[in-house]
Amino acid sequence: MTETKELVKKLADKYGRARESLMPILQGVIEEERFVSSEAMTEIARELDIASAEVYGTATFYSFLDTQPRGKYVIRVCKTITCDMHGKKKVIEKIEDLLKIKLGETTQDKKFTLLTTNCLGWCHQGPVMLINSTPYPSLDENKVTEIIMDYMSK
Amino acid sequence: MENLKRVDLIFGAYTNEKYKVLESTLKKSSEQIITEMINSGLKGRGGAGFLTGLKWKFTAQESEPTKYVVCNADEGEPGTFKDREILTKVPRKVFSGMAICGKAIGAKKGYMYLRGEYQYLLPDLMAELDVYHEHAKRFNHDFTIEIRMGSGAYICGEESALFESIEGKRGEPRNKPPYPTVSGVFSKPTVINNVETFVNAVMIMKYGAEEFKKLGTSDSRGSKVFSISGDTPKAGIHELELGMTLADFVAEFGDGDTKAVQVGGASGFCVPRKKFNETIIGFEGVPTGGSMMLFNSSRSMYNVLHNYLDFFEEESCGQCTPCRVGCQQLLKGIHAVKKGEKPSSYLNQLLQLSDTMKITAKCGLGQSVANSFSSIVENFKEEMIY
Repeated sequence: MTETKELVKKLADKYGRARESLMPILQGVIEEERFVSSEAMTEIARELDIASAEVYGTATFYSFLDTQPRGKYVIRVCKTITCDMHGKKKVIEKIEDLLKIKLGETTQDKKFTLLTTNCLGWCHQGPVMLINSTPYPSLDENKVTEIIMDYMSK
Repeated sequence: MENLKRVDLIFGAYTNEKYKVLESTLKKSSEQIITEMINSGLKGRGGAGFLTGLKWKFTAQESEPTKYVVCNADEGEPGTFKDREILTKVPRKVFSGMAICGKAIGAKKGYMYLRGEYQYLLPDLMAELDVYHEHAKRFNHDFTIEIRMGSGAYICGEESALFESIEGKRGEPRNKPPYPTVSGVFSKPTVINNVETFVNAVMIMKYGAEEFKKLGTSDSRGSKVFSISGDTPKAGIHELELGMTLADFVAEFGDGDTKAVQVGGASGFCVPRKKFNETIIGFEGVPTGGSMMLFNSSRSMYNVLHNYLDFFEEESCGQCTPCRVGCQQLLKGIHAVKKGEKPSSYLNQLLQLSDTMKITAKCGLGQSVANSFSSIVENFKEEMIY
């Protein structure tokens, strides 16, 4: 049994095999593997006994359910209005500079992926980013450097 | 400050004893709770402003035995962060409100739909949920609450899209009617309320409808939690009485150079400086889910509108043509005018398109794009062109 197959089975045992279990299972796969591979989608379809197209359709609807390979740490910088006004562009450029990747890319060692996202709900403390599920508000170039360096040494 | 009344209802003290208001409210009958809610005049705090008590009454009247309570914690409107603050500071009040609603409508199960962006709150919420379930058991109240996570889709804040998502599907809004009070999550009668609305319900049970009604105006009862951001020295959460003028608001929160305020987020209205005096914040004027974004003279309103349209174009679920194609065309259109590829009169055509979206889009997202679009284009036309 492959690791993905095992993971999907474990998640289905935990959340059940009804249609309403699909989101928690997809979220569980993301938690472990950072993206939902076609293998994972096929396995989920088999476990839940639904068409794999249904799994694909649901997964691709949600922006956090990535279907492309992602790094261990997925960075999502908020690009909505107040973060935009307060220097999101500089924060993104700084991260690009530090990780030597462009927006949308993953580092060669598969450790980081840099993305933007819509409003994260920290408008009073923008710019803000998420690294996986942890929010980092009140960013500037210095602060973001500190945080990214910290993750780089992990 | 004299013109604004600060309130401490939402974040203020609950009770020393855990779940005390819930315990005392459970002694009331379903009818008593609903009557109190209706008398309070509380309107939903998500932004749409439907009378909460009526929503509860309609659901209670349904003969179907299985009913649900859903808490909409999919706060995604740009400029809004008050639900995150409420869930961080007073989750007990939120769970109490859901449990009181369960008693009022005869539901045994509640769901909280929490947006994926707030996943970091989950451990604390789960811990509080354990405390809730312990107390519910002790009070003999057969009502359990489960938290379901979103995964980064603004549209799931639309109630029927949220139901679809809980059911494990794409978050595409349903046709209405039927309304949730008749057919909501799992096609059962459902009350769905905003996080803040449930907290208000608890405070109404604690202090009574009469006390609650003393706050606000006849059309907008109670207080409101505002999320204030943008060009302001006082960005953050402020709980204020409803019914103030925008001029008073700006005097308190502006930076002295405020040229426009976006009331109600990207899907709300942009009010220019010349209309601050006549604009009332509340259901009798400009309604808001609490999002207030201030812009000073250094900001280009073209950039602001561009940012909103980028947002809507990405977050449109793509199900209905007016919204899917409309958002793309509005974005392309303002680009073309700005670059001089289209004459300035083209803006009138775009305004017509946004009006069409308002009446033809399937859900609130597509319908409300016109709010910010027309209020920005009409009030800041020269910024769109030059």
